[in-house]
Amino acid sequence: MRIGLFVTCLVDAMRPRIGFAAIKLLGAAVCEVVVPKLQTCCGQPGYNSGDRKSAEALALKFLAEFESFDYVVVPSGSCAGMIRVHYPALFKDDPALLARFTALGQRTCELTDFLANVAKPEKMPGTFQGTLTYHDSCSGLRELDVYNQPRALLATMPGITIKEMVESTTCCGFGGTFSVKYGELSTRMADNKCQHIADTHADAIVGGDLGCLLNIEGRLRRNGNHSTRVLHVAEVLSGMDEEE
Amino acid sequence: MQNTSIQFKKQVTIKLADTRLQDALSRLQSRFVEGRSAVISEIHDLQETRTAAAAIRDRVINNLEHWLVHFEQQATARGAIVHWAETGADVNRIVAGIAAQHGVKTAAKSKSMVSEECGLNDALELAGVKVMETDLGEYILQLAHEAPSHIVAPVVHKNKEEISDLFAEKHHLSRKTGIAELCREAREVLRPAFLNADMGISGANFLVAETGSALIVTNEGNGRLVTTLPRVHVAITGIEKVVPTLEDVTTLLRLLPRSATGQSITNYVSVLTGKKNAEDHDGPVHFHIILLDNGRSSLVGSEMQEMLRCIRCGACMNHCPVYQNIGGHAYGWVYPGPMGSILTPLLGGIEKSPDLPNASTFCGACAAVCPVKIPLPDLLRKLREKQLQRGMKSWQETFPLKVWAWLALHPSIYAMATRIGVRLMRMMGGKEKLLHTLPGASGWTEGRDFPAPSGKTFRELYKRGEGQ
Repeated sequence: MRIGLFVTCLVDAMRPRIGFAAIKLLGAAVCEVVVPKLQTCCGQPGYNSGDRKSAEALALKFLAEFESFDYVVVPSGSCAGMIRVHYPALFKDDPALLARFTALGQRTCELTDFLANVAKPEKMPGTFQGTLTYHDSCSGLRELDVYNQPRALLATMPGITIKEMVESTTCCGFGGTFSVKYGELSTRMADNKCQHIADTHADAIVGGDLGCLLNIEGRLRRNGNHSTRVLHVAEVLSGMDEEE
Repeated sequence: MQNTSIQFKKQVTIKLADTRLQDALSRLQSRFVEGRSAVISEIHDLQETRTAAAAIRDRVINNLEHWLVHFEQQATARGAIVHWAETGADVNRIVAGIAAQHGVKTAAKSKSMVSEECGLNDALELAGVKVMETDLGEYILQLAHEAPSHIVAPVVHKNKEEISDLFAEKHHLSRKTGIAELCREAREVLRPAFLNADMGISGANFLVAETGSALIVTNEGNGRLVTTLPRVHVAITGIEKVVPTLEDVTTLLRLLPRSATGQSITNYVSVLTGKKNAEDHDGPVHFHIILLDNGRSSLVGSEMQEMLRCIRCGACMNHCPVYQNIGGHAYGWVYPGPMGSILTPLLGGIEKSPDLPNASTFCGACAAVCPVKIPLPDLLRKLREKQLQRGMKSWQETFPLKVWAWLALHPSIYAMATRIGVRLMRMMGGKEKLLHTLPGASGWTEGRDFPAPSGKTFRELYKRGEGQ
C-alpha cells in the first residue's frame, strides 16, 4: 500500500516529531510512506476566512501532489476534513474536478482512522505508562466520525489507562483565526476544557489535532500547570513522546 | 427590535465577566443538552426523520408562493383574514388597525419571536393598547424591561433569585423563593389579563396549508387562553412557516419538542383553524393571521436558502459553545446563537453585524443537532465570503492570510520563511519553550502562552534523514 503523508503546516513548523511519529506508525503497519516534498498547507485558514480563491488554488496544488497515492494520511482531523469534505464542495460546479476530488477524498484518512480501519496493525510500536484523557477535536469528530479509533488504538497499549473527561467532544475554543480574533472568548472555552482535564487528574491530555493541543497547552501553562503533558496521539502510539 | 449586533465584541467582554449570567448559563448543559440527548434516541430512524423534515421544508420553500396562496385560500375559507406584511413596521400598523377597528383596549400575548422582530409591544402601547405578556418567561422580561436571550427559553439568562426580587418589587407582595410559589403568583396576576383582554396575540410554529390552520406548540397553557378567550385573535408569524399538510406537521413535531426542550411532546399542541362558528362553544369571533416577510423572501433561490428551513427549536444555540459562554443578549437582536448569527445579518443587513458570522469556531455542534439539517457552519462561511467580497474585513485580518496563501503556493519560499520563522519563535520561547507575547497575535497571548516550536521544520529534518 502506497501512502502519501500530508504532514500539515502546523506539524511541519511547530512539532515535526508528530510527522516522524506518523511515519513510524505507518511503517510499522507495513505501508510504503511517501512524503511529497512540495506540500505546504491545505488552505483551511483562507477558506474559513471567506477566501475561496486561495483555497481552490491550494486544493488544486494538493490534488497534483497527492492524487497518485493509494491513500492519503493526515495526522489532523481538521486538515483531513478539509480535503475529504470541503475540497469536493469547492468544486461542486466542475464535474470533472469534482469527480477527482471526491475520489481523492474517499482515499484520504485521518491518521487514527486509517490505522484502526484500514491498516489495522496488531500492535502499536510505542509504550506509555500513565493515565490519559482524550480531547475529541471537532472536525475529526463531526466531519470524519473519529471517536472510537484513537481510543481503540490507545487501549491496545498495556500501560495506558484512559480516563474520560466530561464534555470531551466540546470545542476547546481554538477555531483557527477565531483564537486570535476572539481571544477572550476562545480563552474562556479553553479554560472550560482545562478544568475538565484537571478534574480527571490524568498525566496527559491527548488529541489528534495540533491546533487544539497548542491552544490547550497554552492555557494550561499560562495558568501555571506545567505538569500535565499535552501530546498528539501519534506521539503516544509511536512511543515518540519524549524530546530527543 | 433594534439591532445592536455591531457591539458584539464589547458585549462578549461584559457577558464573560457577568457572574450571575454565567451561573444561569451553567444550567444549559443539563437542561437542554442532556435533555435533548435523553429523548432524541426515542426516534429510532432519527437520520431518516431529519432528512424527511428537511425535505418537507425544502418542498415548501422551493415553491413558497404557491403554498402561501394555498394557505391563504384555506384560511380565508374558514373565516380567518390573512394579512401580508413586508416589514415589522407593517405588522405593527396592521395590528394597531385591527385593534382600532374592534375597539381593543387590552391585549394578552403569548410568546412570539416574530413580534419581537417588529417591536410590536412598544408600537401597541403607543397606539393606546395595553399589552400583557402571558408566557411566564416573556412576562418576567416585560416586568424587567429586558429582551429575550433565547428563542425557546427567553429568560434563561436569569436565575431564580433575580426573579424573586423582581416579583416582590413589581407585585408588591411578600418575596417568594420556591418555583411553585413564584409560578402561582404569576398565574394569579395574569389570570385577570386573560379574562379582560379584548385581543389575544400569538405566534405560530407552523401554518398548515391544507387546512389554513395556525399551529402553536406550548407548555404553559397560556397559548390556549390567549387564542380562544378574547374576541379577537391575531396570529403573527414569518412567511416561511407554512407546511403543506397536517401529516407533514407530525413529522416535524417528532423533532421540534425533542430538539427544543428535551420533551417527547409538549403539554399543548394547538391547531387553530378559522374563527368561531355559530355551533362552536368558544374561539375568537375575529381571527387575523399576519404573515411577515422582513427579508425572508429574498433568501429564496439564494445560496442562503437553507436557513429558511429553520423551525426555531433553539438546539443550535443550546449546543453552541459560544452561546453557552455568553448567552443570547450579546448577539444584539432577536435571534441568538448559530441561527441568529446567520439570520441577523441576512435580515438586518450584513454590514450591521460584522462579528456574528466570524464568532464561531466551526465546531459543527449546531449542524449535528439541527432537526432540519441546516448546514449552519457552511452558511456562516458563505457570509464570511460575502464580507470579504464587500471589503468588510480589515487589512490586519486579510493581509496575513493573503501572505500565508501566497507562501503556501510557493513551496521553496515557504520552506525558507518557515525555517526562519520557527527559529525565531524557538529563540523567543527561551528556556521554558513558551512565548508569552507574539506580535500580531495578542488575542492569543493575552490569555494563553504559545508553545514554542522545536526550532527546525519537519521538511528540513526529513531532508536530512534526522529524527527517525
